[in-house]
Amino acid sequence: MASTIDTPIAGRHVSTRPAGGLGLNRYQNVFTAFVVAAGGYLLGHYIGNVIGSGYVSVQGGGQNDVAIVLALTFGALGWLLGIGALNYPLAKLVGASPEYPPTEGGWMRYFRFSLDHKVVGMQYVIATLLFLFTGGLLAMAIRTELLNPTIHVLGPGTYIAVVGEHGTIMMMMASSLVIGPLGNWLVPLMIGSRRMAFPRVEAFSLWLFTAGYMVILTALPMGGFPTGWTGYAPLQTQAGGGMDSYLVGFAIIGTGMVLAGFNLAATIVTCRAPGMTWGRLPIFVWSVLATAALLVFATPTLICAGLFGILDRTAQTAFYVNEHGGSSFLWENLFWFFGHPEVYIMALPGFGMVGEMLPVFTGKQLFGYKVGAAGMIGVALLSFFVWQHHLFQSGINPDMRPLFMLTTELISIPTGFIFLVGLGTLWKARMRMEPPMLFCLALYFNFLIGGITGVFLSDVPVNVTVHGSFFVLAHFHYTIMGGLVFAFFGGLYYWLPKMTGKTLNRKLSLAHFWVMFIFFNLTFFPLLIVGLLGQPRRVFEYAQRLQPLNDFASVSAYILGASFLIFIANFVWSIWIDPKPAPTNPWGSRGLEWQVPTPVPAYNFEHIPVIVSDPYLYGVPDAPPVADFGGASSPAYAAALAGDTAGDGAARSE
Amino acid sequence: MSTPRRSNDLRTMVTIWLILSAVLDPVYFWVIGPHMPPGTMTDSAAGQQFDINVLVVTALPVVLAVWVYMAYAVINWRASKIPADTPVFVADPKRATRIQVAWILVTAVTVMWAFGFGVYELVVPAGAGGGEGPNPVWTPTSKNILPIQVIGQQWLWTYRYPTFGGFETTQLMIPNNTEIAFHVTSLDVIHDFWAYQLGVKADANPQEDNVAFTHTAQVGRFTVRCDELCGIWHGAMYDYGHIVPKATFYKWATSTEAKLASQTKLLPPFAWIYTPDANGADGGYYPNNVVPYNKTELYSSQHVRITQYGAKNS
Repeated sequence: MASTIDTPIAGRHVSTRPAGGLGLNRYQNVFTAFVVAAGGYLLGHYIGNVIGSGYVSVQGGGQNDVAIVLALTFGALGWLLGIGALNYPLAKLVGASPEYPPTEGGWMRYFRFSLDHKVVGMQYVIATLLFLFTGGLLAMAIRTELLNPTIHVLGPGTYIAVVGEHGTIMMMMASSLVIGPLGNWLVPLMIGSRRMAFPRVEAFSLWLFTAGYMVILTALPMGGFPTGWTGYAPLQTQAGGGMDSYLVGFAIIGTGMVLAGFNLAATIVTCRAPGMTWGRLPIFVWSVLATAALLVFATPTLICAGLFGILDRTAQTAFYVNEHGGSSFLWENLFWFFGHPEVYIMALPGFGMVGEMLPVFTGKQLFGYKVGAAGMIGVALLSFFVWQHHLFQSGINPDMRPLFMLTTELISIPTGFIFLVGLGTLWKARMRMEPPMLFCLALYFNFLIGGITGVFLSDVPVNVTVHGSFFVLAHFHYTIMGGLVFAFFGGLYYWLPKMTGKTLNRKLSLAHFWVMFIFFNLTFFPLLIVGLLGQPRRVFEYAQRLQPLNDFASVSAYILGASFLIFIANFVWSIWIDPKPAPTNPWGSRGLEWQVPTPVPAYNFEHIPVIVSDPYLYGVPDAPPVADFGGASSPAYAAALAGDTAGDGAARSE
Repeated sequence: MSTPRRSNDLRTMVTIWLILSAVLDPVYFWVIGPHMPPGTMTDSAAGQQFDINVLVVTALPVVLAVWVYMAYAVINWRASKIPADTPVFVADPKRATRIQVAWILVTAVTVMWAFGFGVYELVVPAGAGGGEGPNPVWTPTSKNILPIQVIGQQWLWTYRYPTFGGFETTQLMIPNNTEIAFHVTSLDVIHDFWAYQLGVKADANPQEDNVAFTHTAQVGRFTVRCDELCGIWHGAMYDYGHIVPKATFYKWATSTEAKLASQTKLLPPFAWIYTPDANGADGGYYPNNVVPYNKTELYSSQHVRITQYGAKNS
């Protein structure tokens, strides 16, 4: 065991390994990826035209979905090939030795295929921010169109395309928002590992994620897709070429989500340092584990559902076509069977991050650690039994309605645990109102409104009034944006000093928080009322009497959008223009990730740490350090080898 | 063993919370509640309004509890206000466990109350105005139910009155003080029939008869909107209906039946669902599962399918 857990770094550093394999990695980066992706797109289109141009449906409709689907698929494959994500399997196929991508190369390594989880994490940060800002710009367009109930800026076709793109991009982004950037960057550091369980799978999931981004954007030049992010059939079957981008894009992103979840779960289960018992696992890692389970078990349903849709549109199958033996209810069920766990894929990591930050900024132990972890597992389990609450008015068998009302409302019990953990930790605390702490408090404020409105939606009679209205829209923005996105930015302010080695400007950070918090609420609270007053979602025309509220929400939304510019300015200013080095542990955290030097070495820990105490012993007099980093010479290490994982020679009290 | 005393902090918070809840709950219920959507035009609308109000009255103290707690914490427990030498509060493990158990019990009881009340409000007003599919389980007790077929198509609503020869019109007229069964279906993609002030909402699925019941209680105009994204003109798919006195309705229905008789002959025979023409885009459709109906029987509003529902439930 000694040889496996505490191998010295010398001789193990990836950069010292021979390049091996096909030797292509050093020449590959996003530019080659673009070139090969374009080639793949053209090749796919050509093959699709050869196969599909003779079809009666293609000749009659003038739209060759076979060519579009193959072009997008080959384009995505080309992207992966061009970046070098397929080098390893290809080398194996031809019997060459495995290839290790170079780790050196300064900033260029962020534009390459990398196996360092910290590089992949930063790549994810940039990629998810790109998603977020693209989706955000589309949101500005939506709010502009809704400034007037009858005078149109975009027109109905463009509007519906923008609505669909906004929803889909944001959902894709939010699914990976925390898991991708922070999950990949932090989890190995938090559990005392030098890497993820499957570094190639980790990098592969990132490049799939970026491919999905480009694929979903190709919908716009093809006229978009008219279904919104929910993609309901038979409108899906009827729609133009943009629908193929939606289906292929979701399948690609979905595959990336499954791989990322599976890799994170494997890492957490198998790569924990000695002494990192389940009872000492940071609460953020618990949330990532619960989310990983959802990613692995729920997302395959989406991929299959998307595949059926692709087959209906290309091979003329009839999964969702009623008159040929299929059912439009099939898509609704499959989509929401994924779609509701998806909601918690987006919520749980936010809870975990807040649970991680609160003890640091309150100077107190996390209240009800076990209850918090149990709450996350409870939410994850229950989330598979609630999907039909999206279909209360659909005409599906009404017998099931009370059951799904019950399961949905039951979710508020484990969600309540998360509130208990937060509020309990605040009790008689010494709060430091740093930007991350403000974002944490805002999450509780926002998510309370999101959660309570969710109980209203789960109630079938109330659902008759508000289903499909702006009330639903405001509700899920309160949970996803008010919860996850706030937690994400709190997390960025908290962890970026470690990730980048630079201190973010505090004044700009505070300005970002206050503008975002105030105008988030001023945007979405009026929209709750707009929904109650009868405005359906995704309409470009609405009742004249609702114009003042809509205009108020639009103006607030513009300022909310501008708040992200403050973040960008802060990021650019603090990282590049006026960089100030960050201390190793600026917040005084006990987290394992803060105990390593800044910048974090490629191999994270010189010696695998032995965890000797609980992670949240803040304010406890004479609390032992969280881990022993002494390597083979330290007593804790010897004790760990002897099987006493607590390292203190005594049985653990828990 | 000394009993831990409740701190002043808790007492202050509970007092503020109790006062706020005791003031805001009644103000909401009696001042704002009666004006809440979707109004009281039908029994299902009134039921939904009451349900919303009861949930708000339940939720308001929960929200206030969290907000008061957080506000109190932010004001009083910030580092700048607490002397540096104050020892950090460490929760007594036994007390912490008691708080956790109490929290779980309180949330569980609140949830079960919301669930029980929601089921009551779903079952008693015959499905609360929501679409119950082709085989409704919660049906009105009245035998006199007027069936109205709602047909969604890209991008307008039409209505057929099987009781009056199955004429089809874009005007939605409903008699007051009558039990109505909306049979909602679609000729193309999924739409959603949302009669806002009636408290009725049901998806219009192709080849599916989605039934929603309501009992009209006031005359007046109501809005109909499509509530499921159905393509580019989804936002323009709305119109208005009217609840009119019974006599006015029968006068309108019989005269419209006579006026449209020649056009009704050209329509596909009345059916609960229709199958689009195999050639698709030309807009043609033909009846599917034609239910034979007897005109005399229908004129007495004893619809064959509705009678079956009654028999099923009796």
